[in-house]
Amino acid sequence: MTSSEAPEPGADARGRMPSAEAGRPRAGAGVAGDPRSRTRVRVTSPRTSAARTRSVSIASEIDEQTRLGEVYITSLMRSQLRLALTVLVILASTLGLLPLAFRAVPAIADVDLLGVPLPWVLLTVVAFVEIIGLGWFYVRQSERNEDDFSDLLEGR
Amino acid sequence: MSNAASIVAVVLVSIASLAVGAFGLRLSRTMSDFYVASRGVGPVLNASAISGEYLSAASFLGVAGLILARGVDMLWLPIGWTAGYLLLLVFVAAPLRRSGAYTLPDFAQLRLESVVARRASSLLVVAIGLLYLIPQFQGAGLTLRTLTGAPSWVGQLAVAVVVCLNVLPGGMRSVTLVQAFHYWLKLLALLTPLFFLLGALGGRSGDPDVGAVFVADWVEPLRGDHALYLTYSLVLATFFGTMGLPHVVVRFYTNRDGRAARRATLAVLVLLSGFYLLPVLYGVIGRYVASDLVAAGRADSVVLELPSRLFDGPVAEGLTALLAAGAFAAFLSTSTGLVVSVAGVVSQDLVRWGAGHRQGIRTFRLSTVAVVAVSLLLTIVSAGVPVAHAVELTFAVAASTFCPMLLLGIWWRGLTARGAIAGMVVGGGLSMGAVVSTTFGIATGGWFGVVMTQPAAVSVPLSFATMVLVSVATRASAPEHVARTMVRLHAPEHIDLNRGSFHPERWYRRASAPVSPVSPVSPVTHVNQSSAANGATTEGTDSGTQHTAYDSGDTTARRSQPTARRD
Repeated sequence: MTSSEAPEPGADARGRMPSAEAGRPRAGAGVAGDPRSRTRVRVTSPRTSAARTRSVSIASEIDEQTRLGEVYITSLMRSQLRLALTVLVILASTLGLLPLAFRAVPAIADVDLLGVPLPWVLLTVVAFVEIIGLGWFYVRQSERNEDDFSDLLEGR
Repeated sequence: MSNAASIVAVVLVSIASLAVGAFGLRLSRTMSDFYVASRGVGPVLNASAISGEYLSAASFLGVAGLILARGVDMLWLPIGWTAGYLLLLVFVAAPLRRSGAYTLPDFAQLRLESVVARRASSLLVVAIGLLYLIPQFQGAGLTLRTLTGAPSWVGQLAVAVVVCLNVLPGGMRSVTLVQAFHYWLKLLALLTPLFFLLGALGGRSGDPDVGAVFVADWVEPLRGDHALYLTYSLVLATFFGTMGLPHVVVRFYTNRDGRAARRATLAVLVLLSGFYLLPVLYGVIGRYVASDLVAAGRADSVVLELPSRLFDGPVAEGLTALLAAGAFAAFLSTSTGLVVSVAGVVSQDLVRWGAGHRQGIRTFRLSTVAVVAVSLLLTIVSAGVPVAHAVELTFAVAASTFCPMLLLGIWWRGLTARGAIAGMVVGGGLSMGAVVSTTFGIATGGWFGVVMTQPAAVSVPLSFATMVLVSVATRASAPEHVARTMVRLHAPEHIDLNRGSFHPERWYRRASAPVSPVSPVSPVTHVNQSSAANGATTEGTDSGTQHTAYDSGDTTARRSQPTARRD
């Protein structure tokens, strides 16, 4: 019984339902102290209890807007922003530099690829492939960042 | 030309759009259906709808025409319009969805906690929306005139009527299906004739007009005056402008959650890339077989005229009709999206006829009719004004106003309401000034004139700088709940956290009506509208009472709760 509850300490221990319903249960949040009396976990398994205590505190640190809670949210924001800026820098230093490259090395226009001038290839197929590739990279990495964050909160 | 077939095609597209809309109508019941389709739209359907709405006549007809006329430098337009979605994906998509707002003014109010910022955003949405709508209506009139010889107002009225009929009964839900249908229609309408054209071109002996193709001005990049500045300015406007367009942004609220929003955007990148290769090919083929259109000033109609250059009789007629259908779908879907987003903002902020669910929908419908009527009127008034450039400039306006507001608002805690408003005024003023001066031909020569034709490279950095500087100067008036808003914007939905309780529908219903159980699909229900003037008075009923006690600035309540939890 207890062990089956353990994997979701966040939702359970705080006596609230997952975020989809976050609003209404909050009205009864004062009652949240009562489900807390399910301290049976502590009795049965010290290890789960340790994990649970910690997970509760990080989420509530964030809810309480303490400095520690802010550090956690800031770390998530930083990792996501760093990722977004990486994508932007890659885009700027490839596609974004093309006009300058065309200006600096006009000879690029004389190169043919399968009969098509190189600028035309770069500004159609290559550009679109790069954009899709960067988008795919971003989606994968950003979901990883979020998974790391929720693992952190759930104390795994 | 092929009158009869094209007319039939346009009528068929209109009927099919209405039928698809009617199908979606059955599913549309609540107020949030009207604004955001209750957010229950799957990623693929949503991605098709986003792309369908985004690909306007400028993409369907304009890109090919510009490439035919001006060559390689114009390839930056389709790239920019696609890369704009990449930047939207990496900086805005998930946080915007998580904000839970329906429209850009909703977002401004949530993040900046200022009614003035909300109103400023509303005005800007209406301005950008009209600026984008007028070229759509004008283009529809011109296209129908080219195809059938009918006077311009026929096409304009046709678009207006079909848009109204689509939006009025079902709002956003039925529109979503219609726009998804339009994407695939547009893709097929360009793809099918392309096979025929390439086949015919391959079968020809000896290229007739190679002389027009291998001209340095056309085939080599950066040959025009000030080409480097113009190119970079265009890149900046399109890369950063997409995320600030009201009809683009409103589509993001229809995703299920932040992750779904990202995945849908990735799908959009694929759909747009696939589509944008086609008009480029039309432009190039046009250069081979129809380069005389440039001299005749009809480059924009190259897509529609190509079939009759290479085929005769029914084949040419059929292909032209297909292309006409695609073009008409382009006018319809973009206008529909714009009308929905502008009408949404008008009904929320600029007029208020009663509150509550039914009145909300009625207001939305009245606003729809009003928006369509006003843009039709403006289109007729501005008949002689060349507005084709206006679409490009709209991107510059969006990039210098909403883009910095979104980027700084999402990623920087320091943005204040005054900073955002100051930045939007500076960036909006400059770029709108450019719109007016180029539209009415007041542009002067020299560098100033160049900047006015493509203002983004100046106005976007200025707008960012203004927002940052004014925000730093007004640090003291930072939004009270910014920390909680950041949790809301960035934390994944499945984690159970307090995200504040802004909900856009409270804003519409704040006058008197009881707050009916808030839309169950919405992940966020709590308020921190306290600073939004009416926050405390909004919710006088059942569930609302406790929320008010909890949320509206009563810090003791807020603190006591977690303490109780901890012991």
